[in-house]
Amino acid sequence: MKKIALFGNPNTGKSSLFNRLTGLRQHVGNFPGVTVDKHSGFLTINGKELELIDFPGTYSIYPRSKDEEVVYNVISDPKNPNFPEKTIVVLDSTNLERNLLLFTQIYDLGLELALVLNMTDVASRNGFDINILALEQAFPAATIIRTNARIGTGLSELKEWMGTDSEPRRTNQSSLLAKTDIQGQIADTNKRFERIKPIVSQVVSRKQTEANFSNKLDKWLIHPLFGYLIFLAILLVIFQTVFTLASYPMDWIDMGTSSFASWLGTVMPEGIFTSLVIDGVIPGIGGVLIFIPQIALLFFMLAILEETGYMARVVFITDKLMRPFGLNGKSVVPLLSSAACAIPGIMATRTISSWQERLTTILVAPLISCSARLPVYTLLIGLVIPSKIVLGVLNLQGLVLFALYLLGVVSALLVAWVIKQFFRKKELSVFLLEMPDYKSPRWANVGIEVFEKVKIFVFDAGKIILAISIILWVLASFGPGNDMEKYSKLVKAPIIQSEEAVIDYETQVASVKLEHSYMGHMGKFIEPVITPLGYDWKMGISLIASFAAREVFVGSLATIYSVHDTDDDPKQLMDKLKVQKRDDGTPTYNLASGLSLLVFYVFAMQCMATLAVVKRETKSWKWPIVQVGYMGVLAYLGAYITYIIFK
Amino acid sequence: MKTLAQIPMHQKTKVLGIVESELKPKLLEMGLYPGKEVEVIFKAPFGDPIAVDISGYTLSMRLSEAALIEVE
Repeated sequence: MKKIALFGNPNTGKSSLFNRLTGLRQHVGNFPGVTVDKHSGFLTINGKELELIDFPGTYSIYPRSKDEEVVYNVISDPKNPNFPEKTIVVLDSTNLERNLLLFTQIYDLGLELALVLNMTDVASRNGFDINILALEQAFPAATIIRTNARIGTGLSELKEWMGTDSEPRRTNQSSLLAKTDIQGQIADTNKRFERIKPIVSQVVSRKQTEANFSNKLDKWLIHPLFGYLIFLAILLVIFQTVFTLASYPMDWIDMGTSSFASWLGTVMPEGIFTSLVIDGVIPGIGGVLIFIPQIALLFFMLAILEETGYMARVVFITDKLMRPFGLNGKSVVPLLSSAACAIPGIMATRTISSWQERLTTILVAPLISCSARLPVYTLLIGLVIPSKIVLGVLNLQGLVLFALYLLGVVSALLVAWVIKQFFRKKELSVFLLEMPDYKSPRWANVGIEVFEKVKIFVFDAGKIILAISIILWVLASFGPGNDMEKYSKLVKAPIIQSEEAVIDYETQVASVKLEHSYMGHMGKFIEPVITPLGYDWKMGISLIASFAAREVFVGSLATIYSVHDTDDDPKQLMDKLKVQKRDDGTPTYNLASGLSLLVFYVFAMQCMATLAVVKRETKSWKWPIVQVGYMGVLAYLGAYITYIIFK
Repeated sequence: MKTLAQIPMHQKTKVLGIVESELKPKLLEMGLYPGKEVEVIFKAPFGDPIAVDISGYTLSMRLSEAALIEVE
């Protein structure tokens, strides 16, 4: 298939153009050998299939980061599988001088290329007048097309150019590419600007306009005091929306999957396969689907902040705060995303150019409380924290929930600081970030972004969550010898066959079976280790189950305590848990064991899918193992100390 | 020699050169070549990083990076 490459500086509207041209016919992968996103889009022009590759935004073809290396590797090697037949270089019309640097580099390579002058609307609003004729004279080998990706002008002209047959390639891998030494690059760059300056003065004329809108807005948004207050207010709105608005579709998904499972139960024959589907596969899929509303909503709002240009300001005002912890302003977005799910958060660290800062962000991201912890938090808080008003207006339960999130954030920063001490050689930390002008978001971009993120979650995390729920089903459905059968026969069958009595009997059988399954044995096996934290073997089972994915905790507790249906009424489970007693007669779930369990869930690395993503992003098993290790130690110690304090 | 890190807000100045460092080529590529007019237009809370207007576009950088840029 014919390949066309899309190059350009960051913030030129390159990705908008890409989305405009390809719509949802996109595929995100990695460039061979590196974990740099490869966005490919497909389009058909005059019956011809074309692949458009959106390269990471760069300022120059000389590689200074992993992203830039990709661009260099592809265009310096005609044998590279991604070497394009045609190239499009997108330029921001308001900033031609700097944009022309990359353009002249690619122009000099002799590739067949189009110069796309984008954001022409912003340019004319800001008083710029661009003389296309002069530009054409300066670069006779390039086709010049004016576009406005936001409203779609110039697109048909561009498509037409993309569809024409290319002339035989005049590859002119000039001496430019050989300049791998820094001094040579500096000299070349200086020479290029000398060449660009007279071109720009011929092409661009500018009427003086008033201080632009962006600068006026920035007086407030990056103000030393108001900047932070506005940011905090935006955060508050985001989290309120994510947790309140998302709960409705989450309830529907929950109801949908459980009623689908019970419907399947009535139509499928009884047996192992049916049990696998109903108790293993469907809850597994349901456990993935239920997080989609929260993830979609969070990324919807983050995408808007990104699209409007506000995110660059967040990075700007938080950089100094993050630096003492070995992080930088760019770590804020991944950490924010981790509040929905660590997986897209960890993938978002790719924008951090320093490997040390990126690794640190990856290692601490799972400490930020993700949405999978929320059901566990809600259940346990409801169980052990009284619902009373403190300090006049604050609900104690809400306060504890807030404290758990805060504990996650604070521990993430502290652990980052500790990690920083381990790096012997301090890597140069670079912070050079262009602050784009504010603009209204383009909804198609926001939509595509949300769609991509949800897709990544469903396919990357989903696969693993599904596999684990099947393994858990095996561990819970089978046991050594025929113990499960033997003990379940001891449960007294109901004398009166009322519907209620039958359900009661069935749930008791399930509970006894689980106790004698492999999972039950594992729970009892680890009991000596978790007793100091205030837990018994029943909690042990749920702990083991939730090492795969945290949200499994509530479901497995429900089975152990033979609560029939938690989906309709979590109060049933809560009531049951409230009356559980230890051998010495004290309640099993008291303030101490409840808080200890909550702290355990704040810290423990209970998500296989995240580990798999960390492995993929760091290209080594070392880091996921380090992560499991340190978070496990933190969870155990934290829970132990909490239990001792409140006992 | 004065550097951009020492220039007060809203005072226009010109780039003279960039201190030899790993960042030199990167800063050049961002358009900070000798003769370029620059102006600090914002400072983040606590004074660092700063935002610099480079004839029409805004680049933010840390003071440690601004200290590599020699100005008039």
